[in-house]
Amino acid sequence: MTALELKRVANVIRQDIISMLAAAKSGHPGGSLSAADIVATLFFNEMRLNPKDPHWEDRDRFVLSKGHAAPVLYSALAEKGYFPKEELQGLRQTGHMLQGHPDMKKTPGVDMSTGSLGQGLSAANGMALAGKLDGKDYRVYAVLGDGEMAEGQIWEAAMAAAHYKLDNLTAILDYNGLQIDGKTDSVMCSAPLVQKWQAFCWHVIEVDGHDIDALLAAFTEAKQVKGKPTMIIAKTVKGKGVSFMEDQAGWHGNAPSLEQAEQALKELREEAENLG
Amino acid sequence: MADKVATREAYGKALLVLGAENPKVVVLDADLSKSTKTADFGKKYPERFFNMGIAEANLLGTAAGLAAAGKIPFASTFAIFAVGRAFEQIRNSIAYPKLNVKIAATHSGITVGEDGGSHQAIEDVAIMRAVPNMVVLVPADGEETRQVILAAAKYYGPVYIRMGRLDVPLLFDEDYQFEIGKANVLREGTDAAIMANGVMVSMALEAADELAAEGISVSVVNVASVKPLDEETILRVAKTTKAVVTAEEHNIIGGLGSAVAEVLAENNPTPMVRVGLKDSFGESGKPQELLEKYGLTKAALIKAVHDVILKKSN
Repeated sequence: MTALELKRVANVIRQDIISMLAAAKSGHPGGSLSAADIVATLFFNEMRLNPKDPHWEDRDRFVLSKGHAAPVLYSALAEKGYFPKEELQGLRQTGHMLQGHPDMKKTPGVDMSTGSLGQGLSAANGMALAGKLDGKDYRVYAVLGDGEMAEGQIWEAAMAAAHYKLDNLTAILDYNGLQIDGKTDSVMCSAPLVQKWQAFCWHVIEVDGHDIDALLAAFTEAKQVKGKPTMIIAKTVKGKGVSFMEDQAGWHGNAPSLEQAEQALKELREEAENLG
Repeated sequence: MADKVATREAYGKALLVLGAENPKVVVLDADLSKSTKTADFGKKYPERFFNMGIAEANLLGTAAGLAAAGKIPFASTFAIFAVGRAFEQIRNSIAYPKLNVKIAATHSGITVGEDGGSHQAIEDVAIMRAVPNMVVLVPADGEETRQVILAAAKYYGPVYIRMGRLDVPLLFDEDYQFEIGKANVLREGTDAAIMANGVMVSMALEAADELAAEGISVSVVNVASVKPLDEETILRVAKTTKAVVTAEEHNIIGGLGSAVAEVLAENNPTPMVRVGLKDSFGESGKPQELLEKYGLTKAALIKAVHDVILKKSN
């Protein structure tokens, strides 16, 4: 896909996020919207997938370590055809497949159950180790949040991925700078993250996480790196694409009302028109 | 005196068998491979052995990822670090998605000995038993451990295997048959039953011998499969003996004693005495001395049988 086409996909994903959260009346819009361009680029360009065979052995794997951003993943999966789009309206509701956090047992296309922060990178490491052991050429992608940089397990996993030279693993940090209690720098400063990941022997790339061309280039670069895993530190805006949600910690875990959702969708439809 | 072997030794040997049989089997450890006995597998199959360093959360999380990609990981460390340090990784990354990870924990209970209470897991069975999707197995000797490890590898899903540091008597030979979800009646009796697992099984057999000499007929049931629990066998034996003693190297809260009590209370209320740690931590000392100090002995079992028979007649 071209960058423009991927921008259109990201816009559709953002609209899905708003409408499914409004229907669910709960969930996490801010961190879902910030990751939309990253997820669109991965699912619609970068990753080798077969929606008709979600358990295909040679598929690329995706782990959403920041599992509360489940809506961005669910939208991408529905748009790819893993399940009917109508399922999005059942998000977080009793008896429906789309759980509040990703559940690999319930949702086709979800490669790992996540949600308890800090655990996703370890699982991605395991998948990458298995791939190497089996001589497979699939790649493993893990999207992490900056709030979860405070979890000790992230750094255990960071150390292990470098130790085992997991160059088939690419992690993407959705660096939106906000968490539930406020700015990440004031809640628990994890900076400087570039230096930290470099010090853990990772190849580190910094990009604007809303610049599709930059993301495409970063994924390409990551594939060429040998002997070490790559961390793409993607600077993002929490709530990206909806004016009143942008850079507001309050939109971490609150769903929009129907009126707010209508306003948000209006803005996103305008953006879509401008994209042409 | 019977030959003795630690269950962890038998685990190490069983891994070598599995390594040869099944290329999907991989082993992870957290810098304790010489103690957990996974080191031999590491030497023989280095490409399938992953030392994760002293990082138990990542040990279990990585095992989950390997299982998600089709491997059969055995993740080993001391019981306290697996169930204690990495509880939530076990719960959310392994049990919740029902991934095919075998948590093979050694150094459980007070027979860890000299390292002391900080390293003696006495609540691990209670914690693992409460987690949905988890199978909980506590083998009694080397042969049963071998069979438990092979059965765990064949079963699809998370399994917690509780093993010990101490050399324990060999009780069984190859004719013995372990099965997940089945208890084994080792001795049939009529006056009382001792339902035991782990290191307590050999003591239960010795206690039953001594009680037989007193004219008291005691059933001995080896409940290696704490979950799923063989309710049918437990109820059958309880109905015959009408008095049950449970015996475990674990807190009396939440472990085998509680599991048996739950089944009996709901289906066939039966006088019981639970032998185990009485809601206390262990301490440093020689394993044998600690077993005596904390009342995990043949003598304690004999007294418990006398007590439970008295309860029955009251």
